[in-house]
Formats: sequence, C-alpha cells, structure tokens
Amino acid sequence: MAYVPSLELVPGVLRREPRPIARLLTRAENGTAEARAALDALFAKAGRAHVVGITGVPGSGKSTLVARLAAQLRARDRTVAIVAIDPSSPFSGGSILGDRIRMGDLGGDPGVFVRSMATRGSLGGLARGTLEAVDVLDAAGYDIVIIETVGVGQDEVDVARAAHTTVVVSAPGLGDDVQAIKAGVLEIADVHVVSKCDRADANRTIAELKNMLAMGLSMADGKERWHPPVVPTSALKAEGVDAVIDAIDDHRAALERTGEIVARQATIAQRRLLRASEDILRDRFERERHGAIAGLLEELAARRTSPHSAAVRLLEAIRLGGNP
Amino acid sequence: MEAQAADRIRVIVAKVGLDGHDRGVKVVARTLRDAGMDVIYTGLHRTPEEIVEAAVQEDVDVIGVSILSGAHMTVFPKIVAGLRQRGADDILVVGGGVIPDDDVVKLKEAGVKELMLQDTPPDAIVAMIRRIVAERGPR
Repeated sequence: MAYVPSLELVPGVLRREPRPIARLLTRAENGTAEARAALDALFAKAGRAHVVGITGVPGSGKSTLVARLAAQLRARDRTVAIVAIDPSSPFSGGSILGDRIRMGDLGGDPGVFVRSMATRGSLGGLARGTLEAVDVLDAAGYDIVIIETVGVGQDEVDVARAAHTTVVVSAPGLGDDVQAIKAGVLEIADVHVVSKCDRADANRTIAELKNMLAMGLSMADGKERWHPPVVPTSALKAEGVDAVIDAIDDHRAALERTGEIVARQATIAQRRLLRASEDILRDRFERERHGAIAGLLEELAARRTSPHSAAVRLLEAIRLGGNP
Repeated sequence: MEAQAADRIRVIVAKVGLDGHDRGVKVVARTLRDAGMDVIYTGLHRTPEEIVEAAVQEDVDVIGVSILSGAHMTVFPKIVAGLRQRGADDILVVGGGVIPDDDVVKLKEAGVKELMLQDTPPDAIVAMIRRIVAERGPR
C-alpha cells in the first residue's frame, strides 16, 4: 500500500477495516502532524465505547486476564479492541512488546483487534498516543476498548483518568507489594481482581483487599457510592472471568444511574487537554531544541536564568508563534 | 510525505508451527530492541494466518520468522500469500534459521525479501532491516 493520506483512511476506519485502523494507530503513536485532522474527525465520531483500563504490578496477570476477557466478551457477542502497553528501553528507545504472547487464541476473529504500544518515555502507565488510539478504535465501533497498562509500581494512575472503569489486578504472593501500593494504585480500582486464585495463598490477598476496602466504607458519607468488588480469578482453572465482566457492566450501570459518568467524562476531558498540551509543547521543544530554544538553554545551563523563568519565556515564545 | 524522525521501525518476530527453539528469536528480538526498534514477539506455535493477522493489526514494517523445524517451504509461502490476500504486501517478510541454500533461492523467488542463516552477526540483521525498510520507502 503506497502512502494514503490520513483523511482518506477515515471511511475505512468507520467500516472497521483492519488496515486503515492499524495505519492510523501508527500515525497517532508517531504524533504524525498530517494525521491530526483525521484523528480530530474520529474523535468527533467516538464516545460510544466503554473504555476499560486494566492495571497492576508486572507479572500480576494483566495480559492473561485481558485475553480471557476478550474471549468471553466475544462469547457474549460484544466486539472488543485492546491497546496493550509495554515499556520502551530508556537507552535505545526500542522495545519488546510481548502482550500478544498471551493472546494467541484470539487470532482470526474480526470482532477482536489487538494493538501493542511502547511507552516511548511516557510516564504514568500509558503510552504516548494511547488516548488517540482509543478514539480510533471507539470510532471504529468496538463495543469495549481495553487499555492494558505497563506493569506499574505505586503511582502510575493515569489509566484511571482515561478509562470509564479501572480494573486493578493483584496476584497472591506479593503481600509486601500489596502493602506498598496501598496508598496508590489500589485506590483507583473500580473493580479489584485477584488473579492466580488456584494458589493457596490467594485467600490472604483477597482478605487483605477486602479489609482495606472495609476501612474505606466506614468513612462513607451516606451518598450512594460504588463499592469496588473483589473478584477472584484463575486462568489455570478458567474461573472468574465472567464475574469480572459482570462487575465491569455493573460499574457502568452504576455510573449511569448515579450520574457519576458525567464527572468521569469531565475528568477524562481535563486529563486529555493537559496531555495534548504537553504533547504540543514537547514536540515544539524537540523540534527547536537546537534552533530557537538553543539560546535559552545556554542561558539556563550557565545559570544566568532560572528554570522557571526560562519556562515562562519558552511558553511566551510558543504563544507568539501563533500556536495555538 | 517524508517519514518523520519519530517513525520507529516496527517488527514482528515469530515462531510458527511445531518449533520450540526460541533462543534465536529472543536474541534477534533483543538485538532489534537495542537498535531502537519496536519489536512484537508473538510467542511459540503460531499459525501463518495468525502471524498475518497480527502483522496487519500491529501495522509492522517487517515480519521476521525464525524457523528451525524444516517446515520453511510451507510456512513462508503461506505468510506471503496471506499478506497478498489482505492487500498487505508492503509488509516485508524475512527469515532466519536452518534453511538449505537451494530453498533460500526458491523462497526469495516466492516473495521472501531476505533470509539470514546461522552465524549471521546481529549487526547484519539490524542493517538488513533498516535497508529493506528504507528501500520500500514511507507508506
């Protein structure tokens, strides 16, 4: 396929054709300027899919859960797209994206689309272009779009500001880690999944999570609130995946019923505006680092100006540049 | 339009069929990663159809198949045909492993872009992939 302008890919995306979708995802990931108008057009068409974020520590079983969820959603006749994120090398910028290893059984079904993305230096658990990728897949008409984050540590909670429902996966045998992340990632869960429940020590993990959640409940303020369920799963025994889908659906219904969905959308909008602004700034910075900004950098390196003052001047210069 | 500096080469490295020897493919994956490419590894025991499907969804520049089972005369033509059928023959197919010289000639005639056999230095693989992607041009 020779070069096809991005706007000409849009009709194919809306017809859910894999090649135009895949090509536009690449351009979203690369931040290709030419693709901007096409991505904007698809953003306008998006907004129907339920976006589910799946996060957890490395090795907790995210990819396995996502593969099972996708198979089970298909059994319920719902289409599903997956954006699976793995880390980029901080040294070479390259990556090894291994999330498909667990998803081999999904091949050949047009109702499933799987795309791997590398973080490319982006922090917070998502990759650059992830949110635009979600727009493309949403506009293509997939019922559920799953974002599988990189394996996270304590504080990578961006996915909660990108998804309607956030699922946090915990594995047994990481008791100390559960302690360690109590103030971070665990708090963003709308649904808790405890994976590998064929293991004897899984009950302890379940109990710890429930205890933590019960502490939160005692501080409830009387309003109707969503209580994150703790769902045990076992890929080995093929158990629990249906219950996870039910929990996600229940959460969606609760969002609609309580009107909380509006607040979620507002949070997502805030985050996206900030993130898009960062991207514009970062692009300009990279492009002009050796040009217009070089003088400013020299001054800063010589400590003739402060980082803060230099940043104010940088933003000023970009504004005067007519963008936005 | 010219390719932007940010465009990163995307490669799928794959093992197909009844072939469990994955040391080589992992070394290649690591080498390409260290050369700054995004490398998607599919795991073992994939079918040619699954590889084609994954390559289309991942929008890769190159499919690299490692094969040590002797099934190369079946596997490569199926992948090449699958890509043509999907209108995706801008995705370049390369391979490595244990393949007799006569078969190398036949496979290249059948549309396999490049084959690199045992004792190929890692740098040569990186250089080859950069070269064939540059020759194909932006898309």
